[in-house]
Amino acid sequence: MIHSLFLINHSGDIFLEKHWKSVISRSVCDYFFEAKEKAEDPENVPPVLQTPHHYLISIYRGKLFFLSVVQTEVPPLFVIEFLHRVADTFQEYFGECSESVIKDNVVIVYELLEEMLDNGFPLATESNVLKEMIRPPTILRSVVNTLTGGSNVGDTLPTGQLSIIPWRRAGVKYTNNEAYFDVIEEIDAIVDKSGTTVFAEIQGVIEACVRLSGMPDLTLSFMNPRLLDDMSFHPCVRFKRWEAERVLSFIPPDGNFRLMSYHVSSQNLVAIPVYVKQNISFLETGSCGRLEITIGPKQTMGKMVEALMATIHMPKSVLSVSLTASQGSYTYDITTKILIWDIGRLNPQKLPNLRGSLSMQTGVPKPEENPSINIDLKIQQLAISGLKVSRLDMYGEKYKPFKGVKYLTKAGKFQVRT
Amino acid sequence: MSTAALYNDQGAAEAAVEAGQETTPTSSSSGAAFGLFSTDFKKNEDLKEMLESNKESLKLEAMKRIVQLISKGKNASELFPAIVKNVASKNIELKKLVYVYLVRYAEEQQDLALLSISTFQRALKDPNQFIRASALRVLSSIRVPIIVPIMMLAIKEAAADLSPYVRKTSAHAIQKLHSLDPDQKEQLIEVIEKLLKDKSTLVAGSVVMAFEEVCPDRIDLIHKNYRKLCNLLVDVEEWGQVVIINMLTRYARTQFTTPWKEDAVFDENNEKTFYDSDSEDKKDQTEAKPYIMDPDHRLLLRNTKPLLQSRNTAVVMAVSQLYWHLAPKHEIGIVTKSLVRLLRSHREVQFIVLQNIATMSIQRKGMFEPYLKSFYVRSTDATHIKTLKLEILTNLATEANISTILREFQTYVKSQDKAFAAATIQAIGRCATNISEVTDTCLNGLVLLLSNRDETVVAESVVVIKKLLQTQPTQHSDIIKHMAKLFDNITVPMARASILWLIGEYCERVPKIAPDLLRKMAKTFTAEEDIVKLQTVNLAAKLYLTNSKQTKLLTQYILNLGKYDQNYDIRDRTRFIRQLIVPNEKSGALSKYARRILLAAKPAPVLESAFKDRDRFQLGTLSHSLNIKASGYQELSDWPAVAPDPTVRNVEVIDPVKEWAPSLGKAKQPKSDDKFYSDEEEKGEEGSDSSSSEDSSSSTEESGSESEKESNEESEKTSTDSGKSSSDSERSSSESEAEQKKKNTKKKNKPAAADSDSVESEAKDSSSSTESSSESNSESDSDSDSPAPQKISVKAKPKVELKAKKEVSLLDLDDFSPAPTNAPKPSVISSSLLSDLKGLSLSNVSPTLQITTSSFGPEKTHELLHHMTGKGLSAKYHFPRQPCLYQPQMVAVQLILTNTLDHSLEEIHVGDRSPASLSIHCFNTIERLEPGASVTVSMGIDFSDSTQAANFHLCTKEDQFSVSIQPAVGELLMPSTMTEPDFCKEQKKLQGMNETSATIIMATA
Repeated sequence: MIHSLFLINHSGDIFLEKHWKSVISRSVCDYFFEAKEKAEDPENVPPVLQTPHHYLISIYRGKLFFLSVVQTEVPPLFVIEFLHRVADTFQEYFGECSESVIKDNVVIVYELLEEMLDNGFPLATESNVLKEMIRPPTILRSVVNTLTGGSNVGDTLPTGQLSIIPWRRAGVKYTNNEAYFDVIEEIDAIVDKSGTTVFAEIQGVIEACVRLSGMPDLTLSFMNPRLLDDMSFHPCVRFKRWEAERVLSFIPPDGNFRLMSYHVSSQNLVAIPVYVKQNISFLETGSCGRLEITIGPKQTMGKMVEALMATIHMPKSVLSVSLTASQGSYTYDITTKILIWDIGRLNPQKLPNLRGSLSMQTGVPKPEENPSINIDLKIQQLAISGLKVSRLDMYGEKYKPFKGVKYLTKAGKFQVRT
Repeated sequence: MSTAALYNDQGAAEAAVEAGQETTPTSSSSGAAFGLFSTDFKKNEDLKEMLESNKESLKLEAMKRIVQLISKGKNASELFPAIVKNVASKNIELKKLVYVYLVRYAEEQQDLALLSISTFQRALKDPNQFIRASALRVLSSIRVPIIVPIMMLAIKEAAADLSPYVRKTSAHAIQKLHSLDPDQKEQLIEVIEKLLKDKSTLVAGSVVMAFEEVCPDRIDLIHKNYRKLCNLLVDVEEWGQVVIINMLTRYARTQFTTPWKEDAVFDENNEKTFYDSDSEDKKDQTEAKPYIMDPDHRLLLRNTKPLLQSRNTAVVMAVSQLYWHLAPKHEIGIVTKSLVRLLRSHREVQFIVLQNIATMSIQRKGMFEPYLKSFYVRSTDATHIKTLKLEILTNLATEANISTILREFQTYVKSQDKAFAAATIQAIGRCATNISEVTDTCLNGLVLLLSNRDETVVAESVVVIKKLLQTQPTQHSDIIKHMAKLFDNITVPMARASILWLIGEYCERVPKIAPDLLRKMAKTFTAEEDIVKLQTVNLAAKLYLTNSKQTKLLTQYILNLGKYDQNYDIRDRTRFIRQLIVPNEKSGALSKYARRILLAAKPAPVLESAFKDRDRFQLGTLSHSLNIKASGYQELSDWPAVAPDPTVRNVEVIDPVKEWAPSLGKAKQPKSDDKFYSDEEEKGEEGSDSSSSEDSSSSTEESGSESEKESNEESEKTSTDSGKSSSDSERSSSESEAEQKKKNTKKKNKPAAADSDSVESEAKDSSSSTESSSESNSESDSDSDSPAPQKISVKAKPKVELKAKKEVSLLDLDDFSPAPTNAPKPSVISSSLLSDLKGLSLSNVSPTLQITTSSFGPEKTHELLHHMTGKGLSAKYHFPRQPCLYQPQMVAVQLILTNTLDHSLEEIHVGDRSPASLSIHCFNTIERLEPGASVTVSMGIDFSDSTQAANFHLCTKEDQFSVSIQPAVGELLMPSTMTEPDFCKEQKKLQGMNETSATIIMATA
């Protein structure tokens, strides 16, 4: 399956390589670099490439390319999913997944890769299991280790690896037993010029943070499970009970995990929390354009819209902007042509407004299309679909856990066409 | 050395460059490598020193730095001697790093690597399974041909290890050994065959992977394990699931007949019921039709369906492709939602999923039409994602939704991403040809685009308009004129060539413009691109034929220019055309037909999807993604016209002596042996005969699920140790295997006594219980408790069902009691009788007890006789927790006898016992036990309800060994189902003497 892995940074240096079978020369990456060159934007690099003797499957995460080499037929998603799992693991271990962090922890990275794959086939990918085998670095431990020569490597087989519940280890103990669930929903929408919604849907996830001793068996039920149209679960969720009773019954992993992700049926009308009034125009003659954007609340369910932000990818011919924002601040990156207007909290009484002129390159025809506006926002204490958790019950353990549910609505891919 | 392998990817030129660097095979190919190498060399000196030191911490530090070197691809091979010494280090981390190093460089330093082998061989015998496994991992990763025999031995041993984790590792090692030395294939297949029988979910994925790699064509190995794999699937780890599903897809295509023949007939009315796993309606329907889906085929579909909800995108894709290739057409729809869900995932995932959806959407529009809007393009999408979405939108276009799609396309055309805008124009062109209603609208829209400022957009429009006009040229001379006017402003060669062709083709419609255009071209001919030149020559020829008066001189001029062109294609074409059209004395027969050749009516091009031909590949594969057959791609075979013998999947035919893997979940007592898949075919063959039993079976299922909730509680009580929970489902899912063994044991103990009547009823019974058992297996959602409730719910159904069923009491009887044929009669009254007794008071204890067969056997085995004390004979025992077959008072015990000697043991039997009163039902004397073989026998022991040990002698021909079995109190209990009041009532009757307290934890309230 996966033969080798190369980590490649933004500028095209291979800074880590690992082979699970015989060694494959780095020169195989040249084909990838060629494709990368051609694609210009790293986002545009095709994930699957063919070379005379190998196939290259790559992902792009955090300005890094994870490039794997395979030699025979394999489901490409299998490799892609695994590479993302590797990146996730790094993220969990080191807090971020970047070149410098990986270079600093190269030994742990190597140990992890060694455990995650055997002969190119995934072995242990569950983070709980991995953490028992290779402990994540902490400042304290690294200090102690350098003094004593101790190691980060556990010496017993993690219990999870063998049990039927691979995601949870035995003998978890906490003094404070707590279980928190965050219901996070994202609105994906395309709004057209006139303000009508072309397409909107809600995607939600339930992120859990469970710190409970022993082997608790949790049941989470919803007030209105009918809302959920399609979902995927963490392996711990008993699918049968969900099908029969629409409750989530599970023995949770220890720590943070994503319990489920769901899609709210598209039949329901999606409430769009804000409206955007915009007017962007490029003058036919002369080298300037005008821009005016106002954002106002639409259906906010009486909650406050926070962390409001508008991002515009300007056409290449826009050289600079001179704008005034009635609220928040804006930045314009000349090289990437991205205008970001960070508004913050939306005040319904005094709508934020951004206006001014754009200076254009002379001699270039005016852009055909106005750039679209991407909106970011957050609404605390609200799940825009109306989904509500009704109760959480625990069986199997005697103590009383502390329970909490939080709701949050965010803008996902929220795009306003202009 | 193996450096040759390193270059297998490069052209000769590159190889030559690298050949200069033979000394540093792993150093980067840049010129700086030599510089780095020299610094490395010095650094390596101090690393060597550190490794030689006595301090663990220094060594560790050195190893860490070496690993850093390796990770950067630098060469550290000359440190090998210093490092290999540390392979036996006590420090685990140090050891692991040494392993990393060893695996990387052993191939280059084979002789030195051999020094480490003995360490691994020792570790292979370590009591710690983790160490055994990692030793095997490293040993098998060392790519040194000399140690192949050692590896082979180690693999064989590990494949029989007690720890499933070690067995998993051995499955991985099989692949490694196979790639190192393909000659070992035959032996490795034997090991694979063994491991395929393994019941552990941990092993399943890895061994199937090994199977795929080593012997994917040996489908015959799968037959016996097919049902087991289907049932285990939900509990296998996610990566294994992908591999197994793909393998099973291939398998199913060779074993079952196509379900696609008569879809249309029950497409409309039956859709709903098909989605439910409830099979009642389906049964009725399909029975009438000639096509009946093989129950195993259905089993696969049913057991993979829940995996659509997996968080792992690869699993979802695997299930989707399985449904695409195997499910009846009307069932494929259930994968849509899940696939659309995957579009929320990472960019790369989207890419692959969209590719697959594109292929699917060509054949089955209806699947994705409701999700049209999910494929709308965002300006932030990557270009290849955009183009794929466009492709899908185009595929999905119908008369009903075309206006929406076109409106959407309008936005895309204006996109700043010009490559995407051009693709959109192509897409519009396709929509226009496919849907005749909108052809004109599209054409007008495209003409408008001709005045676009962007060149690529205009060029693409021209090309597309050309294609469209070809389909209906008569009405559009205006457009042709318009394009001719635009000609001066267009610089993109492809577009210019298209216009020229268009004018040439329809030159009779634009008689004035065409010669003028030719005049212009004559002026610029030399400066044009090749493709434009070719079309100019064509235009000239066509005009010469239609309008020679005006264009004769121009044509000759152009032909002369072409004659001396640099490009030989153009010279060729010119020569050809000249001979064809210009009459001269030598002109051959062809020139007579020049007009017919050049001005023939040309068929309109068909605008097709780029994904049209991708369906020749299995979905979700690399080959599909690249649209090229990847190496190692296994063709998906066509459905066989006639299904191969379905009975090969019946598990009973396995030779009973070859029982294998004695460690886990040993066979249960032969109680409910009728509950067994194999009889299902019998049912199928019986045809209409069995319809009544099917009725009852399906209603059985229903009632089972209805009563599930209540029976949940009961079952928790009755199956005494479900509180211990862990790993139960593994056991239960391996049931089919266990059942097979039951069957075997039954065969041994009950030689063909059954008369024809009972055979019939058995078959009936089995068909129903098969349903339910496969059901419950598929339902076991990796939950430790759920299998039990499901199981028991089936048994608990008499309460619900009895009244309705009285008239067909024979069937009922079979249906209700798990195994009436050989259940211990005295203590348990069969359920139909029970129903008659229902009105009576329940004062008596035993008759009302309903014995419940526990759905899982305990896994724990106890040592009865160690092979050291037993002079090579080792014996283990465990309690299957099934009512004893021989006498109701007895407790069933299963013995696993293994011969660890190198010669066979003879006449193994039970000898003297103490206390003498002890009543034991002995197993039949085993005449001969081959070396290395093991056999499972069952016996019954009457412990007289006490925990007193039963002592007896286990004898062979030469020796006898005194052994004793002491039961835990729980093993003496009989599981039964009773309601809460009944339980309390019974409890009150018990005296203090009998009290044993234990807490049972229930998962559900």
